[in-house]
Amino acid sequence: MKFGIIVFPGSNCDKDCRTGIEAAGFDTGFIWHRDTSVAGYDCLVLPGGFSYGDYLRPGAIARFSPIMDSVARFASDGKPVLGIGNGFQILLEAGLLPGAMRRNAGTRFICDWINVRVESEGTPFTSLYAEGDVLTLPVAHGSGNYFAHPDVLAQLNTGGQVVLRYCNELGEAASRANPNGSLENIAGICNETGNVVGIMPHPERACEAILGGTDGRRIFESAAEWVRGGVRVGQGA
Amino acid sequence: MAKAHKNDELVWRSMGLSDEEYEMIVDLLGREPNYVELGMFSVMWSEHCSYKNSKAVLRGLPTRGPQVLQGPGENAGIVDVGDGLAVAFKIESHNHPSAVEPYEGAATGVGGIVRDIFTMGARPIASLNSLWIGDLQSDKSQMLFDGIVSGISGYGNAVGVPTVGGQTVFHKSYDNNPLVNAMGVGVMRQDEIKRGAASGVGNSVMLIGSTTGRDGIHGATFASTDLTDEAVEKKSPVQAGDPFREKLLLEACLELVARGCVLGIQDMGAAGLTCSSCEMSARGNVGMVIDIDKVPCREEGMTPYEVMLSESQERMLLVPVPGKEGEVRQILEKWGLLAEEIGKVTDDGLITLIHGGKEVAQVPAQALTDDAPVYHRESVRPKYIDELTSYDLDGVQGPRDLGETLIQLMGSPNVASKRWVYRQYDCQGGAGTVIEPGADAAVVRLPGTSRGIALTCDCNSRYCYINPRLGASHAVAEAARNLACTGARPLAATNCQNFGNPYKPEVFWQFKECLEGMAEACRVLDTPITGGNVSLYNEDGETAIRPTPVIGMVGVIDDVRASIPMGFFKQGDAIVLLGETHDEIGASEYLAVIHGVEAGRVPSIDLDDEKRLCELLVAAASRGITRSAHDLSDGGLGVALAECCISGSIGAEIRVEADIAPDRFIFSESAGRALVSVDKGDLEAFLGLADEMGVPALAIGEVGGEALTITYGQAKDDAVGRGAETIIAVPIVQLASAYEEAIPCVMES
Repeated sequence: MKFGIIVFPGSNCDKDCRTGIEAAGFDTGFIWHRDTSVAGYDCLVLPGGFSYGDYLRPGAIARFSPIMDSVARFASDGKPVLGIGNGFQILLEAGLLPGAMRRNAGTRFICDWINVRVESEGTPFTSLYAEGDVLTLPVAHGSGNYFAHPDVLAQLNTGGQVVLRYCNELGEAASRANPNGSLENIAGICNETGNVVGIMPHPERACEAILGGTDGRRIFESAAEWVRGGVRVGQGA
Repeated sequence: MAKAHKNDELVWRSMGLSDEEYEMIVDLLGREPNYVELGMFSVMWSEHCSYKNSKAVLRGLPTRGPQVLQGPGENAGIVDVGDGLAVAFKIESHNHPSAVEPYEGAATGVGGIVRDIFTMGARPIASLNSLWIGDLQSDKSQMLFDGIVSGISGYGNAVGVPTVGGQTVFHKSYDNNPLVNAMGVGVMRQDEIKRGAASGVGNSVMLIGSTTGRDGIHGATFASTDLTDEAVEKKSPVQAGDPFREKLLLEACLELVARGCVLGIQDMGAAGLTCSSCEMSARGNVGMVIDIDKVPCREEGMTPYEVMLSESQERMLLVPVPGKEGEVRQILEKWGLLAEEIGKVTDDGLITLIHGGKEVAQVPAQALTDDAPVYHRESVRPKYIDELTSYDLDGVQGPRDLGETLIQLMGSPNVASKRWVYRQYDCQGGAGTVIEPGADAAVVRLPGTSRGIALTCDCNSRYCYINPRLGASHAVAEAARNLACTGARPLAATNCQNFGNPYKPEVFWQFKECLEGMAEACRVLDTPITGGNVSLYNEDGETAIRPTPVIGMVGVIDDVRASIPMGFFKQGDAIVLLGETHDEIGASEYLAVIHGVEAGRVPSIDLDDEKRLCELLVAAASRGITRSAHDLSDGGLGVALAECCISGSIGAEIRVEADIAPDRFIFSESAGRALVSVDKGDLEAFLGLADEMGVPALAIGEVGGEALTITYGQAKDDAVGRGAETIIAVPIVQLASAYEEAIPCVMES
């Protein structure tokens, strides 16, 4: 099982991803954004950070990187793709996920530990969780305020495409538990086929107890299990 | 060469040079300097670059030790952390720019210090900052505070270096002159250390990174004058930062180091190309010829003067390993940055500038650096010292309700939680942050190892105002204590000396006294100073800031899994107070907040006691018997207990007796103390260890419940339980809400 971590200019959670995923017991490799091959990888991760300095809009320039064509092909082949933070924003800008990201309500950058509830186990990254599981994960972003047209939102809800929602310790998606003003407390979504997932929290920073928690490990363990064929959920390829 | 015209004779004065200094320059050159040369001298001989008013005093600081791999004089100090690893670290001020343009000023402060770290070949893994803001109730202070924190957040988060700790202090003396001190920390293998020295006659000199614009010209000179309205008016150019470009430059430079391309490298901060070229030449005993036309410029028609004095950010001067120029260009190109050969290393010791094929300036590198004047300023003990020190504290009446007093203290800006600040900083980037902001010190794991470093910034400027020497010793001792509380061995320190105008004898006295106090404490605690920065002229034309000698300190912890949190952990754990508590409320937070008095004697300090306390904390942590540890400082035992409870979300029941009034015991700021909790079963072992190591230790209660309860017996012969009474009983939620809400209440309203 090998995760490919795509490095854009300005990515800065690429090494966090390597550290976290390797702590979870899997191999990783970096893929430079100007490369075009993703051969040899079972899963692609678009890491967090500030690709192109977030200039224009977060993710708006990175989507033109040469590697993105290969990411799109990888995704259309039904293979697992995970965007974390800025990686999520890039997937939105690239049209691989629906909706858009606005500046946090209150406009300030937020770094904190928050709770999210698993809304769908039908993706490669949540297959080992049960719906309703509450995870404690770090967030660190200035633009995590998810927005989508009401039609899109309805489609996400009915199609089981909402993957994570911000919640309190009891698992309630209360408005007080929403750190950034995101619509319906959405913290993560997937595409229609479930194999492309974008999330704002950083599971790669929650893979070791010494760093504050291990609730993120299962995201990567799920992907490995899914690739191994042990778990087949969602519509896949 | 065009000479500075006779009728321009005031030109050096307008550049901040005195008539005597101009004469020195003429003597050094053996002729009159031209305009470009004069500009170069004026920035290099500014206080900011030359330390001309502080150098003589700084020589008193201890800078050596077996742990020091690089002392002062380089871009950053370097300390040995074991296993062949080295940690580069330094603190620097960006005060004046932040006063004028808080966002960009603070942002470029972070950019500058991060660059200093990777210039040494180290990967930056942490930032800290020490912020000194005016009275929080004033609109101006709120504006500056907001802008400064946003600037640090905006730059630090984007460049991908986690901001893991620091301090924020409010006091009206910083109303017009806030202080922004930024500390950078990086790690490298000891065989990867790079230095800012040019070498090899005929070798290329390359400028890498960004283009050169007209921003920040004379920034160093601006930083070396009082912050008067006139100076602010005259001076527009605060540099603009581009964290994205810095991130690219960081990665590119580390790739250059990894691929063996670097002979010498220095970042361009204050005084830009002038400073980097002459310092690299002087360190290597060589010269440089630089072709101004080859410097990639942002704007058309920039003159040699502008090119040499520009402080455009995200640039470095590099002497590559000969033959590797092509590889350097390739690497920089990969990261979308410039790499231009702008000159050659020469053997004449001169900085020679060519423009349009003609020589436009020629100055000995040493004349700009080593030959800068050194002044011994007059110093006079200020009169206010005696008045404040002799303030009669006998008249201070203890409040009726100490619980209410504690709540009030927890909600005062200096004690209150700084979560509003650090929640805006990405504190976890790099996946190494073991202890996050809000504790005594941050702990960061070194990548690929289980070894960690602990980091802190400390200073109490009220102490330093009333007793500069003692105050500066306290800053060092508190920093060491903070590190030791996490279980880390204090190793070495960096300092940022923030003072007023050195031409005022009272200010200079404060500076000298602080330096002596700092030197003494660093010697006893074995934490040599490996570098730092001096920022003088921090005044608005009338009032100087309080003397603020900030200490940044690094400690090492062999296994981060043994690091100790600050908060109470478990119901039933025993709480131990280490050190001795005396009737020392002079200069305390309690006196300032509750009684509105900022006077009295600064608490005494016994540096040997401090050392023993640190050693005990480290020993107990490594034996695994400490559950939590927290340093006692502002607000004394009362505030420390409340913080341990809030941090652990659990109460505590305390029983103490002493022969002083309860408010004096609870809020005394006696030095050399810490609060530790241990498993009940380990209490005896812990007390035994403390006794063995010569540290007074007193079991004062237990962790548990939902409130902080303190029972106090005052009379000497009165055993607790008989004449004792409950003086504080406050639910933790109430303490927490005062503590957490104070700053958001002001800033988000």
